[in-house]
Amino acid sequence: MWRDTVLVAGKDLRIEARSRVALSQVAPFGVVALVLFAFALGPERTPMAKGSPGLFWVAVLFCTVLAVQRSVAVESVDGARDGLRLSGLDPAGLFLGKSAAVAAQLVVLEVVLGAGVVLLYGAKIEIPWLVVTSGLLGAVGLAATGTLYGALSAGLRVRETLLPLLLLPIAAPVLLAGTRIWQAAMAGGVPSDGTQWLRLLVVFDAVYVALGVVVFGPIHESA
Amino acid sequence: MAPAAPSSPVLFLHGAVALSGRFPLLAGVDLEVASGETVLIDGPNGAGKTSLLRVCAGLVPLASGRVAVFGLDPVRRRTQVRRRTGLVAHAAHLYDDLTVRENVRFAVRAAGADTGRIDGACDRLGLSGRLLKTSASKLSAGQRRRVALAVLAARWPELWLLDEPHAGLDASARQALDQLIVEAAAGGATVVIASHETSSVEPLASRAITLTGGRVTAERAIGPAPEHGDPTRPEVAHVA
Repeated sequence: MWRDTVLVAGKDLRIEARSRVALSQVAPFGVVALVLFAFALGPERTPMAKGSPGLFWVAVLFCTVLAVQRSVAVESVDGARDGLRLSGLDPAGLFLGKSAAVAAQLVVLEVVLGAGVVLLYGAKIEIPWLVVTSGLLGAVGLAATGTLYGALSAGLRVRETLLPLLLLPIAAPVLLAGTRIWQAAMAGGVPSDGTQWLRLLVVFDAVYVALGVVVFGPIHESA
Repeated sequence: MAPAAPSSPVLFLHGAVALSGRFPLLAGVDLEVASGETVLIDGPNGAGKTSLLRVCAGLVPLASGRVAVFGLDPVRRRTQVRRRTGLVAHAAHLYDDLTVRENVRFAVRAAGADTGRIDGACDRLGLSGRLLKTSASKLSAGQRRRVALAVLAARWPELWLLDEPHAGLDASARQALDQLIVEAAAGGATVVIASHETSSVEPLASRAITLTGGRVTAERAIGPAPEHGDPTRPEVAHVA
């Protein structure tokens, strides 16, 4: 399983390194979203800084949809999905590999969007490790759910519109927990205010990674 | 490569019915293919040739009837079956952003096969030099087909399922493909070729099956049959 995980993740990351879709299209889209949020909130910096945790995670969710759609799309060309099925790859390894590749891209996107929030909104992070940990855990959870629901919608002609409809409500706990953790990190009070939400992210990740390992195979076969 | 037991057919289908929605892809196929045999499947467009190969590869489940590949249910035991089976389909299963060599290497490693054969396989299919470092997006249809065949040659599975393998290939690639098929069969592999180009395939095959409307409507010997023992019933997939 782990061999297949590394193989699939390496393949997807190599494709991303060649096409640069995440860096040249998804990241700029996220930054544009942050700029538009800033326009909507007006020129005052205080409301922008106050709303920055939620706006950051909304931008991350939008970018997740695009990253997952790209991950699904590379398997939709030239029968590549059939090629994966026919190879006899371990379905759990396939799920973990595709999730790991999406998670790696999301971490990079979070760094870009985090810098955007600090620069555009004047957000000040008092407890950086909380933000970093929430970013990593959030990326894992979003990648796992995205890969799972991406596989569900993969064989459908309406997958581009169906995926956000399926994914965004499911990802709401990440938005909620991530926002609360950022608020705690910006407030600079007691870290435990954020750590209880970190636990929610850990549980969310564990549930969706385990679910994906178990059900991804049948979903992938029927897509 | 662990060959199938000589006494059991590599492919066994009995009353195999496959559906796409309510449309019948196969309408009750009975077929046995022994180890080491090379079989031509012909028939008009829409006869079910591609569907038959996809059923054998475990990509299409049966609605009713029985199928066994290496004595195993290709849907329930798909990993074991697929690791021993190679399917060259209409699509080449390539990633446009990867080079030819990266595509072959990924496919061979994904199938758990030895990567040591990759260079030789690519050479045989005329994939060498700068072509190996060329992105798959820049390949012609014939070159994509060559890459798909190179993956098969590098993997060297026990069961070769070839869907219109000569389509889009030039004379040298056709010759290389024919040679591969002859060597595979001589080495004990079982080869099933679905093709309209019967004149190209008949010299390679020992038997021809004609499919019409999802059923086997004719069968004829066109060469020496391979040596194999008494067939016995394998473990079969049975869908009520």
